[in-house]
Order: sequence, then C-alpha cells, then structure tokens
Amino acid sequence: MKELTAPAVRRADTAFYLILTVICLLYVGLLFLLIGADVAYMVLGDDLPDRNPMLDALAKPEIRRSILLSLGSCTITAILSVWVAVPIGYLLTRVEFPGRRLVDAALDIPIVLPPLVVGLSLLILFQFPPFSTELAIPLGDGEVLRLSLARLVVYQVPAVILAQFTVSAAFAVRTMKVTFEQLNPRCEQVALTLGCTRSQAFWRVVVPQCGPGLITAFTLSWARALGEFGPILIFAGATRNKTEVLSTTVFLELSIGDLQAAVAVSLIMVIAAVVVLVIARLWGLREFYAEGRA
Amino acid sequence: MIELKDVAIAAGGFSLAGVNLRIPQGKYGVLMGKTGCGKSTILEAIAGLKRVTAGTICLAGEDVTEAKPALRAVGFVPQDSALFPGMTVAENLTFALDIRGAGKEEQDARRQELAGLLGLEALLERYPANLSGGERQRVALGRAISFRPTTLLLDEPLSAVDENTREEMHDLLKSVQQFSSATILHVTHSRGAAERLADLRFELVDGRICS
Repeated sequence: MKELTAPAVRRADTAFYLILTVICLLYVGLLFLLIGADVAYMVLGDDLPDRNPMLDALAKPEIRRSILLSLGSCTITAILSVWVAVPIGYLLTRVEFPGRRLVDAALDIPIVLPPLVVGLSLLILFQFPPFSTELAIPLGDGEVLRLSLARLVVYQVPAVILAQFTVSAAFAVRTMKVTFEQLNPRCEQVALTLGCTRSQAFWRVVVPQCGPGLITAFTLSWARALGEFGPILIFAGATRNKTEVLSTTVFLELSIGDLQAAVAVSLIMVIAAVVVLVIARLWGLREFYAEGRA
Repeated sequence: MIELKDVAIAAGGFSLAGVNLRIPQGKYGVLMGKTGCGKSTILEAIAGLKRVTAGTICLAGEDVTEAKPALRAVGFVPQDSALFPGMTVAENLTFALDIRGAGKEEQDARRQELAGLLGLEALLERYPANLSGGERQRVALGRAISFRPTTLLLDEPLSAVDENTREEMHDLLKSVQQFSSATILHVTHSRGAAERLADLRFELVDGRICS
C-alpha cells in the first residue's frame, strides 16, 4: 500500500485545483476574448481614425428605433415570462397532478428546439383559426376593414414580443421551479395552520422568499429575449423601422456589408446585457442582505 | 381534547393504520417512538397537512377529519421551526393575527404578551437568520400559540438545541401549557422530556399507539 505523506497530499491537492483553475480560465478567457475582439476590431480596424463606429451607429435613426424596440420588447417579454413562470414553477414543485412529468418535459421544448423552428411553428400556428379568423368591419362606401389576430400580430411588433416570449418564458419557468424547490415547504404548511388559505400562504409566505429567484428569472428572460434572432426573423420579419430589433440590426448591417456597424450594435447589446445583469445581481444581493441572511 | 379513532394514513410508500389516541382537554401528551415510525406523520394528519384514508380526528370535541388546516385551530411547531425568513420576529409572532384581520392595538398587545412570556423582548426586530436554535424555537412556539389555538402540536421542537437551552425550554413549555390551556401533543425522542412534561405518555410501536 502506498504511504500517504504530507507533501504528496499537498501536491495532489494543488494539481487538482490547478486543473479546475485552468479549465475555468480557458472558458472565462474565451468570453472576454470574444468581447475584446469586438472592441479591438472597432478601435483598430477603422480606416478613418476620427470616426467613432459606436456613435455612428447610434446616430442612425433606424438603429435608435431598434434599440428602443429591443429595450421595450425585452422588458415586456421578461414581465410576461415571470408572470407565467411563477404559477407554473409553483404548480410543478408543490402540486401532484396527472401528467406533471409530461408538462415538465414539454417546458423544455422551446429550449431544445432550433430557434428557426420556433419561429416557423408560430408562423404556421397563426395560419389556423382562431388566429386567422377574419372579422369584416364595414367602413362605408363599400369598403371593408378585415381584421384578424394574424394580421395584427404576424410581421408586426407583437410578433417580436411573442417570438421572444415563447423561448424566454421557458428559461424563467426553469429558474422559478428551482427557486420553489429550494424553499422550505414547511413554512407554507405552518402558514396554513396559522389560518392562511393556499393563496394567502403563497402570496404572503412563498412569494416574499422568492425575491432573488424572481430577479434572476426576469434577468435571464430579458437577456435571452435580447439575443433572440431566429424566431423573430421568421415570425416578425426584419423590416427596418418596423420590427427591427438589435439582433436583426446586426443581421441587416452584415447583409449590407457594414461590418463595423454590426460590431458596434453587437457591443451595444453586450453593454445592455451587462448593465441588466449587474443591476439584477446588486438588487438581488441587497434583498439578501436586507433580510440578514448573510 | 385530541382524539384519533382508527386513523389510517398513507403517504408515498409509508402507511399507518388503526391509530387510536386520546388526550383530554388541557393535558400534555408526549408521543415517543423510533425514528421513521410515523410520529411526525400523525402530527401532520392532526394538523390537516396529510390526508387520512380512514378513521376520524376530533379536536376540542369537533370532527375535523375533512377540515382544512386553517379551520382546525391548531398551533404547529415543526422540528426546524420554519420561521418565515423575510419577516422579523415581531412579524412572525403576529402573522396569524394579521391573517385574521386583528387590529394594530390587538396585535401590539399580543406581541408584548408573547414576548414577555417567551423572553423575546430584545429579539423582536431581528430576522430568523440571526437567531440561535433555542431562540428560533421560542419564536415558533410564540407564533403557534399567538391565535390561542385549542390544540398545540410540537414536532421534536428541542432536537436542535443544546442541553442547557433544553432545560429552559422544558420550563417554558410547562408555562405555555398553563398560559394557553391548549391540549398539547409533543413528539420527542427524549425520555427526559417525556418525564418532565407529560401528563400522558404514548409510544408508537409498529404503527400502533400504546399508552
């Protein structure tokens, strides 16, 4: 049998931590290199040193509109995602019902499906009633206004939100499910014995404990919505000044060969995502410390 | 009074049948038994947190077998205290009164009364994360008796506290019994606790309760 000595144990532990650190550094390094390369390309790859590609990009009205639509649609998507994720996550965690495993598995569909397929499926869905059912509104002089859900949504701004929501909500649901799983169910049970209905126990005891989870779910779905491209392209189109969001702007700028504008918009997306993540982290930590849990 | 007649409980792969128990009004009953024999399951069934598949449960003379937990007037102290982490000690203590729509004055008075009884005056503004094991259990006890329940269920409330605190808590539990006049069922492993506290002692052996 090999004898254990202090130096041998120390060497083995050091090697173990070294391997972990190298793997961690390789991946985190790759992430920083990606962003660094974008910045370097903008700074060094400019033929005209006096130009600022970021400011040039921001000066374009269509890109400003795309930024506003992105911020707005991502925020609405994140709110809707959390609104859906809370009841579904709670139901899956706390309530036994037939088909629970099926529902749980189905929630992964938007995560595993290719994004283009999600967009295409949405497009096909809106070809069927009731989405395609037209309502004829007479306007006089023989003119008729034909309205349908499909006309109001497909290739319009609501399609952007619906495409983002379809994928983002799945991430929010997963986050909220893990959040509820980590909560002590005894607290709810005690609340029931103290006179709460199920609904009171949920709102007064469960939800206040979910602060960090809610923020994470909101942030994840917001960031996911910001990066959504495939479903938006198929279901909402990439029409300038109409359904153009930042991810489609990158695509449109690339398609007309303006690589610097595409990189500038990419960096705007990176900055927006980082700002949201930092705010969410700080807010989550503040709540955590406010309750004296640390 | 706590009365169980031929109660059967099935939960997952675990089941109990033919459980009978009677504790007269205002008495302190202690239920002992091996780990995993179903003591806590019986408490949960009495509290309405687990459905019974047969038999009846009567509390204070009323059949509550099918009643929701909120309607049973049962105070429940779980093993891990399960204090509401986002609420201060004061808010935990008056939670049940707040749910019942009690006014601020009534809540303040009851909070002071409970804090005095349980020695919590200095802890009222603290959050549960900043309390010791013994302090947590005192708060859980205060929260459970805050709405003057007719029945008090204690699920090994002293298992996570040190020896000295346990002695203090024994005295406190006796005071609570006198103060609240509730019928108490206390689940424990400790023979010492049973000897100190019990008016009636029960043992759960092979799914049957023996006096």
